Amino acid sequence: MAQEFCYHCGADCHSSKLIFDEKNFCCNGCKTVYEILNQNELQCYYDLTKNPGSIPKEIKEKFNYLDNPDIVSKLVEFDDGETVVAQFNIPSIHCSSCIWVLENLNKLNKGIKSSQVNFPEKTVRLTFNVTQINFKAVVELMTSIGYEPYISLEDASSAKKKIDRKLIYQVAVAGFAFGNIMLMSLPEYFQMDEFWLNQYKSFFRGIMFVFAIPVVAFSAKDYFISAFKGLKHKILNIDVPISLGIGILFIRSTYDIIFNLGQGYFDSLAGLVFFLLLGKVYQQKTYNFLSFERDYKSYFPIAVTLIDKDKNEHYIPVNDVKKGDRLLIRHQELIPVDGIIINGNALIDYSFVTGESFPISKQSGDKVFAGGKQMGGSIEIEVIEKMSQSYLTQLWGNAIFNKKLTNNIKSLTDTISKNFTIVILAIAIFGAIYWFRIDQNVAFNVFTSVLIIACPCALALAAPFALGNMLRLFGKDKFYLKRADVIESLAKIDVIVFDKTGTLTSSQSQIIYSGEHLTEFDLIGIKSLLRQSNHLMSRKLYEDLNYPISNKVANFEEFIGKGILGTINDISFYLGSANFVGVNEKDDILQTKIWIKINDEIKGKFIFENTYRANLASVFKQLESTFELIILSGDNEGEKEKLSRLLPVSVQYYFNQKPQQKLDFIKDLQSKNKYVLMIGDGLNDAGALAQSDVGIAISEDINIFSPACDGILNAEKFELIPRYLKCSKQTLKLIKISFIISFVYNFLGIYLAVQGLLSPIIAAIFMPLSSISVVLFVTFGSNIIFKKN
Amino acid sequence: MDVVYIMIVVSLIIALLFFFLFINTVKSGQYDDMYTPSVRMLFEDEIVNDKVKEKSEITK
Repeated sequence: MAQEFCYHCGADCHSSKLIFDEKNFCCNGCKTVYEILNQNELQCYYDLTKNPGSIPKEIKEKFNYLDNPDIVSKLVEFDDGETVVAQFNIPSIHCSSCIWVLENLNKLNKGIKSSQVNFPEKTVRLTFNVTQINFKAVVELMTSIGYEPYISLEDASSAKKKIDRKLIYQVAVAGFAFGNIMLMSLPEYFQMDEFWLNQYKSFFRGIMFVFAIPVVAFSAKDYFISAFKGLKHKILNIDVPISLGIGILFIRSTYDIIFNLGQGYFDSLAGLVFFLLLGKVYQQKTYNFLSFERDYKSYFPIAVTLIDKDKNEHYIPVNDVKKGDRLLIRHQELIPVDGIIINGNALIDYSFVTGESFPISKQSGDKVFAGGKQMGGSIEIEVIEKMSQSYLTQLWGNAIFNKKLTNNIKSLTDTISKNFTIVILAIAIFGAIYWFRIDQNVAFNVFTSVLIIACPCALALAAPFALGNMLRLFGKDKFYLKRADVIESLAKIDVIVFDKTGTLTSSQSQIIYSGEHLTEFDLIGIKSLLRQSNHLMSRKLYEDLNYPISNKVANFEEFIGKGILGTINDISFYLGSANFVGVNEKDDILQTKIWIKINDEIKGKFIFENTYRANLASVFKQLESTFELIILSGDNEGEKEKLSRLLPVSVQYYFNQKPQQKLDFIKDLQSKNKYVLMIGDGLNDAGALAQSDVGIAISEDINIFSPACDGILNAEKFELIPRYLKCSKQTLKLIKISFIISFVYNFLGIYLAVQGLLSPIIAAIFMPLSSISVVLFVTFGSNIIFKKN
Repeated sequence: MDVVYIMIVVSLIIALLFFFLFINTVKSGQYDDMYTPSVRMLFEDEIVNDKVKEKSEITK
């Protein structure tokens, strides 16, 4: 069969090909999008990139909850009764034509005034007139052309984040002042006794002084604050000597120009602050398209369908759901609370929660947990716990999620700066005392000079640039870290804890048949029947069976959540769950399988087995020698034997772990003075990820899902974990070497300073030179480390 | 040579003017999205129907 690709979205058309306007479409949705675009003369959408669209979802009742004004009011940014501004998160934005279609929405509906896409953040901001088009219609319009807004509980609860641009202003002020002060101070460096120069000297100095004020008061503000906070807690952090240096520089320079002793060190001061802030900027790499702060709210719906006593449906905000309420959960909807199924066939996909890739079927009377996604038709459930108290969400009540994220590992720079500060102060004081007996004027000079030159600029820049550069290099390799100092924590790790499902296993599954022998005719029949079904498992099995298709399927019927049946040449085929074919099954309910019944005879079953990631064994082997390895799984012990055959003997296994137990397990390890790296993927790992020293989420699709963590690793890069850890360790070594270099610089400078020889021009050359050479050293060094590993 | 006073003051005023313009552009959010505008500027005129047909022929 020649493969045909959809004109709109580029997907393989499989069985349900539609032909319209002499073009192939894989589904009705794509055809509709094409029609809409065609009617509105937006065909050049197709010229921009080949097969650019995304597949639209069925949208029938999905957005009915947007009729509730309370819910809508939480989603809009601005509303004056006529003009409404709202921002939508649209995960399916992926190419330049997406921007184009979304920004031309006003051509599809006159009510929409303007739309602006932010591509890196995958958002669109719409301004529309509510008298012409209401909120729900806007959402449906976008969904109908394949850009379904992602509306979650988080949109309603969180305050809109403010963009913090303070650092940019600070750098701008420091850079501006640095340039201008340098210009003003340059004449005095070269001609000491020139007539005109002496005329203007005080004017130049005055301007320099004025420019230096905002640098100290605004740009360097955070250093003073941090140093003050540190001292209050009796910690000598790196900002203490920096603030001391900046403060003394300013006081000494002001003193110098007031008493006409010299031109001061204003240029060095501005330069120092400018470089320090640049280091901060460099360290702050943000990945706009990722979020490291997500909790369950990002995945939970904002509203649910409540069924009252008279069987009427209402849409209520999910926070208002009470114990005993009856809720209607439609196909593809997420179950927001723990409940008991009242009626309907549930087929629940817990991949958000556990990483398990196949849905589990449940009957009425069974308990369902919050976080599962209903896959087969509508079900009704009765609420047994409020949302905040459900099995999954109560995890977020734990203190670990409320505590402000401070790094519990003390950073290397701060550790060193403590001793450094004490030594420098000692040298400055002894130098001053020594000179005090000889010449009192020189004593003040020496004291300030030592503190100025010892200002650990190079020391403070080494770590930000080394870590910031490594962060970028990791990012290029699809390993995204939240902050640069995570690398420092990574280097200290001695225990690695893995989740099993979704972390060690991949979403691709292996299908195994067990049962009586199937003839070729049987297999052809099975495949032909599967072809008619759109179910995820049918699709997978269909693609796995390599047989031709018979066209004589008659009486085909699909029972959502149960199975499919049909007849070929008067032979009946039943494919589906154990109940559906009539098998009384007790054990192995956790296995995912399709039972086969042909002509009232049970033939056997196709079992979907998780496959472990390629290279799993070699990754563990590489890690084994340096780390303690632990597997912490929410599953039963079924896979233990298979794993222990695959992995080194030293690996420890813990099964049947609940989310809270996982968190406690990590806590327990930490109380034994271990630094723990947790690698997981589902929401059930969220507690463990937050508790661990470094929590990394593995994600098959970076854009869609990951719980709160310190880093997100693309699943296809799983094999590179040992490499990342090795790079982190070596980066830390590199930083240590650069500390030695900056100490050499510092003692050279102090050697000059204690003799009272530090003139402004020497400071102006020496300080930037030392900083830049250290920055270059760590940048090149980290590049080499990354390449070599 | 007193003109130096004027020159420096004028040059500083010009420099400060550009500095405040820069701060204003940052404040207005111009640098928040560095990618989308670069794509958006390429779209503007392509909506006219006739041009589309010509274009699609060229691309084929």
